[in-house]
Amino acid sequence: MTMNADKHFILGIFNDEDVLMDAVKKVRGSGIRIHEVFTPFPVHGLDEALGYKRTRLPIAAFFFGLAGTALALVMQIWMLGYDWPMIIGGKNFASLPPFIPVTFELTVLLSALGMVATFLIVSDMKPYKKPRQFDVRSTDDKHVMAIDLAVNKGKSKDDLARLLRDAGAEEVNEKNFD
Amino acid sequence: MTIFAVICAASFPLVHMGRLWLGFYWALPLPNAFGSLWVNFNSPLLWDVFAISTYFTVSLVFWYMGLIPDFATIRDRAIRQGATTRAAIYNALSFGWEGGARTWMRYESVALILAGLSTPLVLSVHTIVSFDFATSVVPGWHTTIFPPYFVSGAIFSGFAMVLTLLLITRKVFKLEDYITICHIELMNIIIIITGSIVGIAYITELFIAWYSGVEYEGYAFYNRIQGPYAWAYWSMMTCNVISPQLFWIKKIRTSIAATFILSIIVNIGMWFERFVIIVISLHRDYLPSSWTMFHPTLYDVGEFILTVGFFFTAFLLFAKFFPVINMFEVKSILKAHSERVTHAETADKGVPVTTDK
Repeated sequence: MTMNADKHFILGIFNDEDVLMDAVKKVRGSGIRIHEVFTPFPVHGLDEALGYKRTRLPIAAFFFGLAGTALALVMQIWMLGYDWPMIIGGKNFASLPPFIPVTFELTVLLSALGMVATFLIVSDMKPYKKPRQFDVRSTDDKHVMAIDLAVNKGKSKDDLARLLRDAGAEEVNEKNFD
Repeated sequence: MTIFAVICAASFPLVHMGRLWLGFYWALPLPNAFGSLWVNFNSPLLWDVFAISTYFTVSLVFWYMGLIPDFATIRDRAIRQGATTRAAIYNALSFGWEGGARTWMRYESVALILAGLSTPLVLSVHTIVSFDFATSVVPGWHTTIFPPYFVSGAIFSGFAMVLTLLLITRKVFKLEDYITICHIELMNIIIIITGSIVGIAYITELFIAWYSGVEYEGYAFYNRIQGPYAWAYWSMMTCNVISPQLFWIKKIRTSIAATFILSIIVNIGMWFERFVIIVISLHRDYLPSSWTMFHPTLYDVGEFILTVGFFFTAFLLFAKFFPVINMFEVKSILKAHSERVTHAETADKGVPVTTDK
């Protein structure tokens, strides 16, 4: 039987996040590639157990912030210093201290909005998205480990099911997407 | 709460601008038909436009991010109940959340940074609001103590308002197991601390008014204490400085009824603080010819009632349709530490006691 990747999955359902953590290590230890683990809340350390690289979103946030700083300074200095200089009490047209509050605000604003937008884009989240649901209980109280059958060709369905049960899965289910 | 309160607050300048649509290029640096006459970045009023709109936007995003996983939980509950319309609405609200470990990792990182960004924003927004007053030359406003004084006042009144709403919500939704007396007591301690800081700020203002030797400043504060609006000043002093000191008594700060009453007194006190700062300082100008008394018009009162109505409508809608307590955060701390299964078989738990017979 030939199988396309990303279509046929075997799911291990776990009740407890600590059992799940051990199971992830066990399953990965036996050379199986886990597609993804769906949890109702953030399980700390799960990303390292799954071997995910640390997210670079903080770096994105920093550069968005830097862009905000630059935008604010360039905007203010250009508008008040060059485009339409106004004499107010004979003071400098573009002196930096009064520009600090707006610069700070735009730095924070761009940093926050840029980071959240990046997060939504890289996580492929949008209001009209139809989520791919492996098990609807995974947002309630079950942890769901999905293993792509096509990716792990060496193992039969039964082998995987046995392995998941041994690792502490309460249920082992199959899920096919067309 | 912040969100709704800021919308309420925004309605005041928007109404006062009159021709609202002109406000865009009066307040924002937008190209316009006056040869691009730009806004004045040297003005604290303009800083305020940026500070408040940033504060609003970032608070809105932070608040909404916290709701996304819970919207997905509600969506999936609706799916299991067969409520397809409800599921579709909450799916749109949850941005199609799936809850994979990768998404959670990114989500946590975003939440951490947003929290980090919001904290200085709270300080900056109140500081900049206080600049509106502090950079003017009106006696009673022209004081350097304003930024820290406004920040602590904001925390003080914010905690009191949260307590007022929270105590009712807790009762109505039966959340006694989630919001415990311990939480309420800790909030009351914050109220004592910030209330005392506000009290010191009031006294410092009086001291400086005397010590500076500036006659206008001295008169402004003499007028606050002794003038025609002394009742407002002393109401503020009683509500904000004296009444929170009752929380030093453990019986009072752990009592729901007492906390509720005192939180409302603090809300009233903070309303009087605004009245004292704005009305009392303005009703006596440098020129005795402009001395007057403040009489609110029907429209002033109407606008105030509008904000109260809007705030509570929005709050009740929120409580009705959105989770009032973050569900996924509660789930993540549900397990007591001793219940954690760490390598269950190998962990040394001692031998169960077996009794004869």
